[in-house]
Amino acid sequence: MTVHSMQLHPSVNSTLKEDQIVHVHFKEEIGIAELIPLVTTYIILFAYIYFSTRKIDMVKSKWGLALAAVATVLSSLLMSVGLCTLFGLTPTLNGGEIFPYLVVVIGLENVLVLTKSVVSTPVDLEVKLRIAQGLSNESWSIMKNMATELVIILIGYFTLVPAIQEFCLFAVVGLVSDFFLQMFFFTTVLSIDIRRMELADLNRRLPAEAVQEIPDHLRLPRSKSVAKQQRYERQPTIRPSAPYTISLQTSSFRNLRLPKRLRVIYFLARTRLAQRIIMVGTVIWIGILVYTDPAGVRTFLTAQVTEQSPLGGSGLAPIAVPPGVFQRGDTESSLPGFPSDVTPPLENQSRGTDEGKNSNSFDALPLVEPENITDNDKQHAHSETSLPENDFKEEITWGAHDQEMWRKLSFRHWPTLFSYYNNTLARKYVSILPIIPVSFHLSLQDALDARHPQDAKRYHSMFSTNYQESKNIDGNGAREHASAKPQVPLDITLYKVGALGLASGVLLVILLFCLYKVFCPKTYGQGGLSHGRRRRGDLPCDDYGYTPPISETLPLILKGHLMDIECLASDGMLLVSCCLSGQIRVWDAQTGDCLTVIPNPGQCRDSSSCYDWQESWEYISDPENGADESFENEHNFQRRMTPSQPILFTDQPDLSGLIDTNFAEQIKEEDTVSRQRTVSEHSQETGYDFGRAYDKVYEDHKMLNVQNLRSYPSPPTLLRCSQTSVNLKSHGWDGGCNHRRRSLGDEPFSVFEKTSPIPMWGGDCESSVWSLGIQGNLIVAGRSSGRLEVWDAADGTLRCSNEESSSGITVLAFITNRIVAARLNGSLDFYCLDTNKTFNQLQYRGTPNRSTIPSSPVFNSEDIIVCQLIHMVPCAHQKPITVLKAAAGRVVTGSQDHTLKIFRLEDSCCLYTLQGHTGGITAVYIDQTMGLASGGQDGAICLWDVLTGSRVSHMHGHRGDVVSLICTSSCVISGGLDDMICIWDRSSGIKLYSIQQDMGCGASLGVISDNLLVTGGQGCVSLWDIGYGDLLQTVYLGKSNELQLVRQLLVLDNAAIVCDFGSELSLVYFPSVLEKLD
Amino acid sequence: MAEEERHRITAVQIRHGLYLSAITNQNMNLLIRGVVLFSIGVFLALVLNLLQVQRNVTLFPPDVIASIFSSAWWVPPCCGTASAVIGLLYPCIDSHLGERHKFKREWSSVMRCVAVFVGINHASAKVDFANNMQLSLTLAALSIGLWWTFDRSRSGFGLGIGIAFLATLVTQLLVYNGVYQYTSPDFLYVRSWLPCIFFAGGITMGNIGRQLAMYECKVIPEKPHQD
Repeated sequence: MTVHSMQLHPSVNSTLKEDQIVHVHFKEEIGIAELIPLVTTYIILFAYIYFSTRKIDMVKSKWGLALAAVATVLSSLLMSVGLCTLFGLTPTLNGGEIFPYLVVVIGLENVLVLTKSVVSTPVDLEVKLRIAQGLSNESWSIMKNMATELVIILIGYFTLVPAIQEFCLFAVVGLVSDFFLQMFFFTTVLSIDIRRMELADLNRRLPAEAVQEIPDHLRLPRSKSVAKQQRYERQPTIRPSAPYTISLQTSSFRNLRLPKRLRVIYFLARTRLAQRIIMVGTVIWIGILVYTDPAGVRTFLTAQVTEQSPLGGSGLAPIAVPPGVFQRGDTESSLPGFPSDVTPPLENQSRGTDEGKNSNSFDALPLVEPENITDNDKQHAHSETSLPENDFKEEITWGAHDQEMWRKLSFRHWPTLFSYYNNTLARKYVSILPIIPVSFHLSLQDALDARHPQDAKRYHSMFSTNYQESKNIDGNGAREHASAKPQVPLDITLYKVGALGLASGVLLVILLFCLYKVFCPKTYGQGGLSHGRRRRGDLPCDDYGYTPPISETLPLILKGHLMDIECLASDGMLLVSCCLSGQIRVWDAQTGDCLTVIPNPGQCRDSSSCYDWQESWEYISDPENGADESFENEHNFQRRMTPSQPILFTDQPDLSGLIDTNFAEQIKEEDTVSRQRTVSEHSQETGYDFGRAYDKVYEDHKMLNVQNLRSYPSPPTLLRCSQTSVNLKSHGWDGGCNHRRRSLGDEPFSVFEKTSPIPMWGGDCESSVWSLGIQGNLIVAGRSSGRLEVWDAADGTLRCSNEESSSGITVLAFITNRIVAARLNGSLDFYCLDTNKTFNQLQYRGTPNRSTIPSSPVFNSEDIIVCQLIHMVPCAHQKPITVLKAAAGRVVTGSQDHTLKIFRLEDSCCLYTLQGHTGGITAVYIDQTMGLASGGQDGAICLWDVLTGSRVSHMHGHRGDVVSLICTSSCVISGGLDDMICIWDRSSGIKLYSIQQDMGCGASLGVISDNLLVTGGQGCVSLWDIGYGDLLQTVYLGKSNELQLVRQLLVLDNAAIVCDFGSELSLVYFPSVLEKLD
Repeated sequence: MAEEERHRITAVQIRHGLYLSAITNQNMNLLIRGVVLFSIGVFLALVLNLLQVQRNVTLFPPDVIASIFSSAWWVPPCCGTASAVIGLLYPCIDSHLGERHKFKREWSSVMRCVAVFVGINHASAKVDFANNMQLSLTLAALSIGLWWTFDRSRSGFGLGIGIAFLATLVTQLLVYNGVYQYTSPDFLYVRSWLPCIFFAGGITMGNIGRQLAMYECKVIPEKPHQD
């Protein structure tokens, strides 16, 4: 055939070797052995995706977001492949093989980081603001990561290994498109998800408020207190509305204050000027095009039409001529070692041969590739190694470039082609016979006609410019260094492309920035920006160094106290706090409004300008002598602080606490012979045994006085406490931590007061509140003077008080209608609150049967409340009682004398004395399941069985006192003076892990649910997952008090947290946490 | 009185049992970790060997599957043992040095690391390089990149280098004595990129080992204080 065609068209300058045959071998079908690594990589890929998407948390639909994340990565890969093919890169790598690595390189990290950061922004914000804040929080790290990855890939690109280069190219495009998808696709999905979650949140919160554990009709005083809110508005109200909700004004209002640039933009937007201009411009452009070059358009149209028509045998032509971006041919289909670097500018060459009057057989080229399937399997093995050497030494001629044209085919070309003929190429090879240059003369017109119409279009423009050049190329026949030449211009174009891309990227960023500046209001994403400047070094992080994104919520700050807050108590609805100055404030735990202020009576008298006065307080400060008989005030107890009385204190017990003027009022018609007689008579009538109580008080007082003459047993320890200002821990009944700091200034021991000759005013005036309890609308305050006061939370009036003992009440517990008060001298008093309804006909409601009253802790404000001592354990402990807890019908006390005691609540009977600590008890926890834990000054934690009184386990872990202790169903959490929080396994008593806290914050911890721990730090509150020890979220409590330590922390029922913040309280809500728990 | 006595006895028993369980638990966990690491090592060795076989780097008879289980049957177990040792060694050294490894401790990161390691092997097997120098340099850069991306601890780096050195030495001895062969040894009987692979493998196994150890660490406490 060769000879025949040579004879037919004698060639002029053919230098091709005749025997040049190229075999393209194809591998056998993929076997299991080859499949195994592939499967492995895919398994690893799926494991990676699984472990990554598992970290998506606190969103409405984990599955949806995971799907979106995976879709982001996959579609970015598709985009990269598509873009690369569009710009002429022929994929030579096996897509299935590199795909997992591409996914791994691109990664899901950014998506997860974005989710985490957005989710941890304050829930109260609008969705778009949350997204903006979340994005801006993580902007720096994401950009940094991306830049690093790009640099790494660029380095990989300069290895100049073609396969790696191609991989890097894919990866770069994939990374960039992934970035864009993250910004514009994933963020959208995330915002939709968050909106869904917020809606769900809203739906769930409504019924939660409607259903309280106490029905509303029992909460009459509560509703009253709400109604009274208006009355207190002149107080320094905290925050009338949520300060962080950005409320947009109405549009008319907004228009007035618009900046100029925005007005321009709005004008443009309103008139749709830009669109119209673009439309007009397009129309004009098309018109000009048609007018100037109608022929061009026509040829274009015809080309389009012919392209759509079936192309017949030369249908491969479009694939065969991709512009050469890559330098090396297929690794799979070509033979290794073959000089395949030769990728000459094909168009020029063919154009030259076509236009030069040589009139060679360019158009016949597709036909010059004879497909020759030879089924010889035996040759397969060694031909791979033997053939390349033969072909390498060939003389490259002008025809070599044309002959190399088949190398530009996709490596899938041959298998696809043969699959059309139902042939498989596995274990076979394709022989490409040498080109037979035949030459015959052809007029120019013929040549033009013979061309494919698309070729005509493609080469038309190049004709004039490349003519000279192609002539030159045509002139010199043999070029030995052809393999080295094309690499240089190719690299240069690459650099050009790179520089262009960089420039356009920078331009894009600048453009976007300008757009942002113009369009976005200043407040957009402000929160994120501000703490970007925050010192990054000392962010709290968990054991693994992971610092979750910070969210700077704006908690409700409850301001009003003048000095540091000492005690905190709450029942879920109301919050009571007491500061060092003795002022008690009642807050609404939901809104943070201050409902009532109960100033310290002593200071009220002393410096009356201190507080804004309540009407209800005016009469209390009236210096009325003998005001015990002040009948005009019906349901208000009058406390007398007459200066004439102090002498009484030295030799007589103070009985004023036992006096209830209401009794006196009720017996108005009776003969008031003597005050005490009356009361005792009255009490006998009603079945109370006050006489015994009085006797006890007298005895106590005698004893006390005797003790005072000697030295009081406890002062040494207490003095030590005050000097070293060791924080004595004591717990309120409700699990709140009463972390009280006793300093010299606020240590008015009643004992010392009494020995001082003339106090400035009544002894109890100066006394500070040491313990607080609240239930329903009643506040119980235990004072250092030993006075027990019951206040009304709604109007701040004193309902009753008890002053039988003068030893300070260190801790108290308030359960339904029982009050248990532990005193400094180690005695334990059980009080009972009763409404004396029998005589109050007007406000009589419900059954007079007293037995029904304990079920509801809510006392009507009109009722008269009597606080009576029902039992007293004189010497429960040898030393001051430091902690007291009550739950499940048991009262547990812990004392400085290293022992714990368990009492039964109903009959005040001591059940067990628990010994085992080698130091004073500083923390105690008891829950409804009768689990009891205690911690002591020795740093030990003991778990006890309340039913048998035996010690279950004993753990050591703290250096120094254990200051707080909480148990969940599976863990014991303890905080120590060494600022460590240890988490122990409850059943086995082994330490799971520990968390280092900020200085002085060891005591501030609380448990929201069984697996969420809240700890306080320096100016922030952190949320931990108890099971894994992961730091979930850190909430900064505002910028003003960054250095202030969170010393106490109280968890309310509705996942709110109250933090003691020096003289302020802050109220933080975690609704998103609740969502997560579900 | 008797009741109290009984309680004390049970308490003692409980404490004793706890101690025992803690001890056995620790050993048990060590064993489990070792087994897991061993199996991972064996699996990876098999897969990577297969990759190399495809490349015709190691000299095996043409029948691939049979060769894996016959001629060089001892290679995967050796790799498994080595990986178990490495995986246990890393957390051990971490705890001895007193610095807990804190960088990117998540399973997803570990998976990424393994994937990159397999990718490095894949690349070394499949990609055509102009010369061995280029191949070795590229692989070295990739390995260092692996360490930088997933480890970043000095102890990890040191250990990785030590492992690479030792393993190369062992391979060299084996090849020298004719137990094992390479088709085209380019540097003193072995392939020059071998240290890079060993280094990357050491880092990867150490990463897995640390992750496993961290997981156990949550269940197993530090030594419980007994009085």
